[in-house]
Amino acid sequence: MLNVNDINVYYGAIHAIKGVSFQVNVGEVVTLIGANGAGKSTILNTVCGLLHSRTGSVEFLGQNLASVPAHKIVERGLAHVPEGRRIFQQMTVEENLEMGAYTRARGDIPDGLERVYQQFPRLKERRRQVAGTLSGGEQQMLAMGRGLMSSPKLLMLDEPSMGLAPILVDQIFDIIRQLHQAGTTILLVEQNARMALSVADRGYVLETGKIVATGTGEELLRDEAVKKAYLGG
Amino acid sequence: MSFLNNVINGISLGSIYAIIALGYTMVYGIAKMLNFAHGDVIMVGAYVCFFAMGSFHLPPVAGVLLAMVVCTVLGIVIERLAYKPLRAAPSLAVLITAIGVSYLLQNSAQIFWGAATKTFQPIVEGSLVLVPGQLSISYVAILSVVCCIVVMAALTLFTGQTKMGKAMRACSEDKGAAQLMGIDVNATISMTFAIGSALATVAGVLMCSAYPVLSPTTGSMPGIRAFTAAVFGGIGSVPGALLGGILLGIIETFAKAYISTDLSDAVVFAVLIIVLLVRPAGLMGKYVPEKV
Repeated sequence: MLNVNDINVYYGAIHAIKGVSFQVNVGEVVTLIGANGAGKSTILNTVCGLLHSRTGSVEFLGQNLASVPAHKIVERGLAHVPEGRRIFQQMTVEENLEMGAYTRARGDIPDGLERVYQQFPRLKERRRQVAGTLSGGEQQMLAMGRGLMSSPKLLMLDEPSMGLAPILVDQIFDIIRQLHQAGTTILLVEQNARMALSVADRGYVLETGKIVATGTGEELLRDEAVKKAYLGG
Repeated sequence: MSFLNNVINGISLGSIYAIIALGYTMVYGIAKMLNFAHGDVIMVGAYVCFFAMGSFHLPPVAGVLLAMVVCTVLGIVIERLAYKPLRAAPSLAVLITAIGVSYLLQNSAQIFWGAATKTFQPIVEGSLVLVPGQLSISYVAILSVVCCIVVMAALTLFTGQTKMGKAMRACSEDKGAAQLMGIDVNATISMTFAIGSALATVAGVLMCSAYPVLSPTTGSMPGIRAFTAAVFGGIGSVPGALLGGILLGIIETFAKAYISTDLSDAVVFAVLIIVLLVRPAGLMGKYVPEKV
């Protein structure tokens, strides 16, 4: 479904991503794990067109995304739930969700809202509330719901557990599992490697801009080097 | 009676400031830049209307509409040529460019239309006499207040109810996230400049109808006062622009009537300084902290 092939991304003179390649297949949950600054978010931002690679290609459903402007990517079926949630704080919950469906026909919005509210009943209770007043966990749910509003073929989640209390982290990962069971293809970027690998079919370990290990979620959980570096021994 | 007259004059002047301030505040909200050329768009709009009515004998409504179209295009062109290439540049570069555009417009107007002041033919004349010889309201003043209310209502509906308006709010909060939603940020910024410039035209015509002198620098002081009004109310906030504009109009009128005509601007800016010391985000400016 998503084929990232030998991308090199620079921030000015800094070579942030060094020849990274990976795939996401239909129905899979794939995770990119790695420490702060390893380049996880940079990769997602490159896939969704906010940043550009100097080499290689990003192919989604067989089409090269290199020349597609960022605002046209979501139409292709790729939704990105960015790091730090980045919901529209001064807009209401429902308006945020409507923005998620910006590229969809007006008639599809009620259906989409219905589905998202079913997944996140809490959002339905708070639909008229200004998003900035939600708790951190609710804001993350809103960010994910907003991503789902475009009915994406691939959902990219960037650090969904960041800054959340442990109980909320569990909740968010439960939701990821449910989405997976419902057939959503997910590319998950996480610092919380243990959680991420436990929900993922496959994982890639990223270190200073390079992929250093890959395997199924279980394999990586048992891998000695990965254990030492990311799972606390 | 003179007190009531001053209140009325203040509100009508403030309505004009509010309409101009909306342009500043919307552009700031979305492009995070201070468009110092905004005041000069007012002047261009007034000139176009002046010539449309004076030389081509168009009826006032047609003259205003023509001026709005010209300024809308002007606003879009300014943004495309002067500001868009600087989207990633430091804000100081953008600010200086905006000042440059302001001078460019003033000097172009001087070349095309001459430096001599022209007497603007008010689009409506006469007054509504409430107490003969003591209290009257000019129709221009009434029209200004009505325009301000209509503009505010239309903008509130637009940003609150329409898809494009909501996209505009989304862009003003977070351009990156807006792009991820599929919103074309460049098109949205163009649209904001278009709306702001059309509003500037309306304000320009109202202002020149109330104070009928027109010269290439006509727009600069009202532009700066309206900018003050926008900051006063909380830049980026639409209701803030209204509140700031009206308050500024009233303060200015009262300062002129009861303190000194020469010092009125000093009073206005002193009030601004005090407000910003107490409320740095302006009267209605918001600060939303990050939640964890």
